[in-house]
Amino acid sequence: MTKQNNSDEERIILEDIESRLSSFGKDRWNLIPILQMIQTRHHYLPADAIRMVANYLDIAACEVYGVATFYNQFRFNPPGKHPIQVCLGTACHVSGGDIILENFERKLGIREGETTEDREFSLERVACVGCCALAPVAVVDKIVHGRMAPSKVEGLLLGFQIEKEKQERAKRSDESNL
Amino acid sequence: MNPIYNQQVEQAFDAIRQEAISKTKAAKNEDIPEITIGKATCGLAAGALDTESAFKEALAEQGIQARMKSVGCIGHCYAEPIVIIDHPASGFPPIFYHQVTPGKARMLVKSFLLDHDPLFEHLLGAMRENEMIPQVLDFPRFQFEKRIVMEQSGFIDPGKIEEYIARGGYSQLVKVLQSDPEEIVQGVKRSGLRGRGGAGFLTGAKWEFVSRAEGKEKVIICNGDEGDPGAYMDRTILESNPHQLLEGMAICAYAVGAGRAIVYIRAEYPLAVQTITQAIQQAEALGLLGKNILGSSFDLEVVVFQGSGAFVCGEETALIKSIEGERGMPQHRPPYPAQSGLWGMPTVINNVKTFSSIPAIVRNGPEWFSEIGTKTSPGTAIFSVVGDVVHPGLIEIPMGVTLRHLIFDVCGGIPKKKGFKAVQIGGPSGGCIPEALLDTPVDFDALNHVGAMMGSGGMVIMDEDTCMVNVARYFLDFTQKESCGKCTFCRIGTHHLLRILDRITKGEGRETDLEQLETLSQDIKRGSLCGLGRTAPNPILTALRYFRDEFEAHIFEKRCPACMCRQLTAYYIDLDKCARGCDACVGSCPVEAIFTTKDRKKGIDQTLCVKCGECMTACPEEYSAVKKVSPPDLAPIVERPDK
Repeated sequence: MTKQNNSDEERIILEDIESRLSSFGKDRWNLIPILQMIQTRHHYLPADAIRMVANYLDIAACEVYGVATFYNQFRFNPPGKHPIQVCLGTACHVSGGDIILENFERKLGIREGETTEDREFSLERVACVGCCALAPVAVVDKIVHGRMAPSKVEGLLLGFQIEKEKQERAKRSDESNL
Repeated sequence: MNPIYNQQVEQAFDAIRQEAISKTKAAKNEDIPEITIGKATCGLAAGALDTESAFKEALAEQGIQARMKSVGCIGHCYAEPIVIIDHPASGFPPIFYHQVTPGKARMLVKSFLLDHDPLFEHLLGAMRENEMIPQVLDFPRFQFEKRIVMEQSGFIDPGKIEEYIARGGYSQLVKVLQSDPEEIVQGVKRSGLRGRGGAGFLTGAKWEFVSRAEGKEKVIICNGDEGDPGAYMDRTILESNPHQLLEGMAICAYAVGAGRAIVYIRAEYPLAVQTITQAIQQAEALGLLGKNILGSSFDLEVVVFQGSGAFVCGEETALIKSIEGERGMPQHRPPYPAQSGLWGMPTVINNVKTFSSIPAIVRNGPEWFSEIGTKTSPGTAIFSVVGDVVHPGLIEIPMGVTLRHLIFDVCGGIPKKKGFKAVQIGGPSGGCIPEALLDTPVDFDALNHVGAMMGSGGMVIMDEDTCMVNVARYFLDFTQKESCGKCTFCRIGTHHLLRILDRITKGEGRETDLEQLETLSQDIKRGSLCGLGRTAPNPILTALRYFRDEFEAHIFEKRCPACMCRQLTAYYIDLDKCARGCDACVGSCPVEAIFTTKDRKKGIDQTLCVKCGECMTACPEEYSAVKKVSPPDLAPIVERPDK
């Protein structure tokens, strides 16, 4: 992806945030709900958005940053198209959640907390998704997959790859039809 | 209080109740079958949506009319996805089916709904007594439980307020609105209900402080920031029976004189947030919440606040800070939240389970409640029992039941004929309890006494293949990451504890490590402000107390007795058991470490092996050729033939 594209994308995000800020009050306790709104809509908090929020609530940007980094929910880099969360709660740990995480890391060639270069996948660990009876658990594209195993990791990623190739083929045949 | 005014409340509610009853009656058409599917988060994870669409497709194909009903979670996680089919025309009672895959769903539509054959091999039991099918209530899991908080979870549709009202919901609020607030507070106090969030403070006493506190405005907060890994009962209650919680909160608000209520839920529980938000809207629309509740002068505004994922926010002062828009750092107490909490107002903070117990206490009276459980911990406890256990799930049992009864009788014991090793109670603040102490009764005080704690009720069962050093390391890793950083001992001390444990699990332990772990743990307990720091060393201290030999094996023999610490373990293939020409393990290996030997058996290249254990699972049971050993140099060397 080119730099131009990136800044275009960010501009659109910032415009969207600006248009929604006015629906929040200016009291300090709106800070976390605002950050949550940005996180849910755009999946990360761009640096300029933090400045924008600080201006809106009339507090220092470092205050906003301090709060945002304190909580686990907020990200500061754009995530992949398919976010992957591996649960490392107690039950998942005992049944080998770290092995699942390692397998994703190996297959995707990234570490926990990173995004693949093509921005298809991002990988992170979460403390507990509350499905302990199905441990080990991974959440891919917000769908919870229970009773994971290294071979299932491979299967999941293979599924995405096949889907992607299918789409590309369809796109190519569409183009050749034109 | 003016009696005419009371009548108004009663009359206003009576109209609502009548409408709810007729609405649910109209929906329950006796002539067509009813298919009930559990659709809480765990059901969804097990594939309830696929099962539901399979039912719908099959019904359409066969041209059968049936009503699909969604409910929350019944707590029997091992059996998900759960389906209950009520098919009166077949002559059978409602039947409980477990692990209903889409394939089973299609089969059931054809065999049961069409041909009236309930498929005996797939059912778990019947929902009421009859002569054909054993009743589920006679099964140990159902019989030993006593459900107060979760009584209706999994039976009512959380998205429909009329179902809760038709079953008697909100009538306790009506009763309360006609009595003196002080009477309610005293009733809750007499019941002996202790806060279900973990610390076990007397709920009635907390309410009394707030009701007597100075200050015009008061606020109540429901703490649903269930951050404890391994516990999910709050989520289940929020997703399965939100109105019971709201009724409990409304009763509390009336009793202490609060006009505002906040439900604080983790953002990681999107379905719970959605369910409770919808429930609040429905209750407001009927006038059961909001301004002038049921025509009385009592107002209660309820809002949902989403927590952003910080374990420490389960601590009440940290939770208040996070609502105020600050970093969630615990504050010094006193002043207690009951004196000066959110925005300086007197604040009641109670757990989801505490508020959800209130309607039942009001209905049956404080004396009824105090007779359940033990003298000092009355009522029931909800545990999420997970890990190496036959029937994992949520169970609600009277306090005072022994751990042994709970694990072996109620939850079916340890699977695969393995031995029991320990049970971890209370999550990162709790401790591991060994077999010798399994006769400890479950209540606040007895658990504290053995070094664990009730905590939020997470219970992880561990079989003989679990390494206690590794488990202690896991919890330390968690608390170390979640420490807010305010107190030096908690911030830096947990980091050092983790480094020591890291060393030990890698086989680099030193002789002085055990003593250092103990002294540092004590210092952290003394030098921390909040519950997180004060309890963070508990997993280590209990592990050291009950499983010291395992620590010693790691340090002195560089051996992990449970073969769990990966640096101290190796996998190898027993050539005597390996079947010639079998390739089952080869495809399962994620790193291609498995090779074929000269005589067409298999070997593992130890330099490539990542010790994931997948080959062990893949090896057919009749061969069971893959073995684990510790220390790793015990693995026999199998030479890889040159290519």
